[in-house]
Amino acid sequence: MRETATLIVRRGNAGDAATTSSYEVPYTPGQSVLDGLRFVRANLDETLSVRHACINANTCKECMIVIDGKVEYACTARLEPRDMVLEPLGNKAHLRDLVTEITPPDERLEHALKTGVGKVAAGA
Amino acid sequence: MDVVELKTDVLVIGSGAAGMMAALEAANGGVSVILADRSLISRSGATIMAQMTVAVALGSQTPDSPEFHLADTLAAGRDLCDVSLAQLVCEEGPRDILQLDEWKVGWARNANGSIRQAHAPGHDRPRCVYVDFLSTGPAVAKTLRTRVVRQKEVTRVGDLYITDIVVTDGAATGAVGFSLADGRPVAISAKAVVIATGGLTRLYQRNSASANMGGDGYALALRAGATLTDMEFVQFFPIGHLAPRLVGMDPIMWDPFRYKLGGRLLNAEMREFVNDYGNEEAGTYNVTRDRATFAILSEVKAGRGSPAGGAYLSFQHIPEAELRASFGPVIDKLAANGIDLTQMPIEVAPIAHYHMGGVKVDAAMRTGVPGLFSCGEANGGSNGANRLSGNAITEAFVFGRTAGHSAARFAKAAGNADAPVPAGALDLAAAGGPKEGENFAGLIAELQAVMAADVGPFRTEESLTRALGAIAGLKARLGAVPPGAPGPYNMARLDWFDLRTMLLVAEVVTLCAIARKESRGAHQRDDFPAMDDAFVLHHTVTLDGDAIVLGRTPVEGRTIREVA
Repeated sequence: MRETATLIVRRGNAGDAATTSSYEVPYTPGQSVLDGLRFVRANLDETLSVRHACINANTCKECMIVIDGKVEYACTARLEPRDMVLEPLGNKAHLRDLVTEITPPDERLEHALKTGVGKVAAGA
Repeated sequence: MDVVELKTDVLVIGSGAAGMMAALEAANGGVSVILADRSLISRSGATIMAQMTVAVALGSQTPDSPEFHLADTLAAGRDLCDVSLAQLVCEEGPRDILQLDEWKVGWARNANGSIRQAHAPGHDRPRCVYVDFLSTGPAVAKTLRTRVVRQKEVTRVGDLYITDIVVTDGAATGAVGFSLADGRPVAISAKAVVIATGGLTRLYQRNSASANMGGDGYALALRAGATLTDMEFVQFFPIGHLAPRLVGMDPIMWDPFRYKLGGRLLNAEMREFVNDYGNEEAGTYNVTRDRATFAILSEVKAGRGSPAGGAYLSFQHIPEAELRASFGPVIDKLAANGIDLTQMPIEVAPIAHYHMGGVKVDAAMRTGVPGLFSCGEANGGSNGANRLSGNAITEAFVFGRTAGHSAARFAKAAGNADAPVPAGALDLAAAGGPKEGENFAGLIAELQAVMAADVGPFRTEESLTRALGAIAGLKARLGAVPPGAPGPYNMARLDWFDLRTMLLVAEVVTLCAIARKESRGAHQRDDFPAMDDAFVLHHTVTLDGDAIVLGRTPVEGRTIREVA
């Protein structure tokens, strides 16, 4: 029998009532939680949003989420063959699913608009 | 839907070392700059992932000259380097390395205070500066970021995905895309545009760079009317980590340890094999990347690979105290992954690492499309068929600075004429269709598997033709419209845009690989195993409408004698 891990993931856009999705993913010792989430996106549900740039090196620092109540990097936290509860960071503005606004304030589009390099136009 | 309109003199797309150097130099030239990145500024792409070596003829330790550096670069490039570009890297590298030193990047020092230079494979002498074994890239990124933040003329915008360069009357006049944070379409009017988006390693299942490097700049440049060159040459890093599963570490981490400690590459019979393939390694590690990759994959093909499909890398002959002294805290990270180097070899295999091909530029980083410049790994030509170890960060500095300089001059000369974003340019960024049952993240994984299996380091007419068929099949499934509606961090939509880029770039790589009926450097054809003088030429690529058009250009000034 193949062992699996069950990822219970908080879903939804900013402001939406929180829902959860539960995903069963194959488990191999040594894998990271991000390995499990990437499996979900490619095989089970591509609508799940979780941000990362590097995959494995813990360099980009984008994949920080809350795992079983504890703030961790998804790329270094180990996948375990049990239920794991995954939530977005609680102290950042929520964008979608596991993604929060982690861009430094002065590197956001809103900031660029405030500094006068652009404007918002009513579009099509 | 609201549209965000930004305006700047110079738009730089991508914020690795090349993009940040370009932004700094353009701002020094007295123009306004927007530095855009699809991820976080300075933390995205390949620079941040660089481990150790930066090649530069400083001569701080052993007498050296840019000419010697150039000779090694051209030799590694197997007669295909664009000498004017390689020469620029070698001659101007020292200036930028010393500039970074002044900016306190922290290059490692010798006891006498001189900058330390390590001897990396393919170099005739110690030539590579570094900060430390595993974090040269992060130190470089942080140092440049600090400079960029202080530069008031540079506006940084992260999480901005560029879908296309805007071309007006044949010249680049800005770009369009969307904000990842909220999905809003964004139009940027710019007098000059610099591509600094890095390479295409994400096309392959196993790679050493960031997940956002799917060849964005190549697709942007092609659709804007620019020319690509040498696209068949993908560098595989010979000893990427394969097994056991190792998290929290970059898969290319073994290289510096191998040349410091002399780790032994072994086949399934626990025998060293690299010299069986015409190399002469003895205790040291000096074989270039293309040759080491060839040796490892040949052993795997002969049935003598390690269980996970690579080679063993063993440090077991090295005393534990010496291992600990060299690896430092890395030993504990390895232990957390269940790896004890005194007791076991690990398994390594070639992984996609760098792209030699890219946007064709002249020595001023001009692409041929007025107003469009390119720099860093996004460029092609400087490394020929195989890049010399340590040249990537150096070229990021030199090409980035040069592109920033050229773009600022171009923007100033352009005056105040405003180029409005043409009607329809934002249609794709704003478009959304019903989900048709395709999982584009899954299709990306399929493409990566195809490229790894059939367009990897070993290629045949048969494998490449099979890949073309698979790419065509995936293209048909891509469709013309991204799924869903624009919104905050909609990754399913982002996957669609990434697949759109990756399929075009994958097709270009495969077509060029079919056209090169010989083996040279990183391009190895099983059906044409020898190097052939008839192929001392560059394959170029342009788009005619949707059609990919291949061309050929001669290699100029290909020997060191002609340069000197």
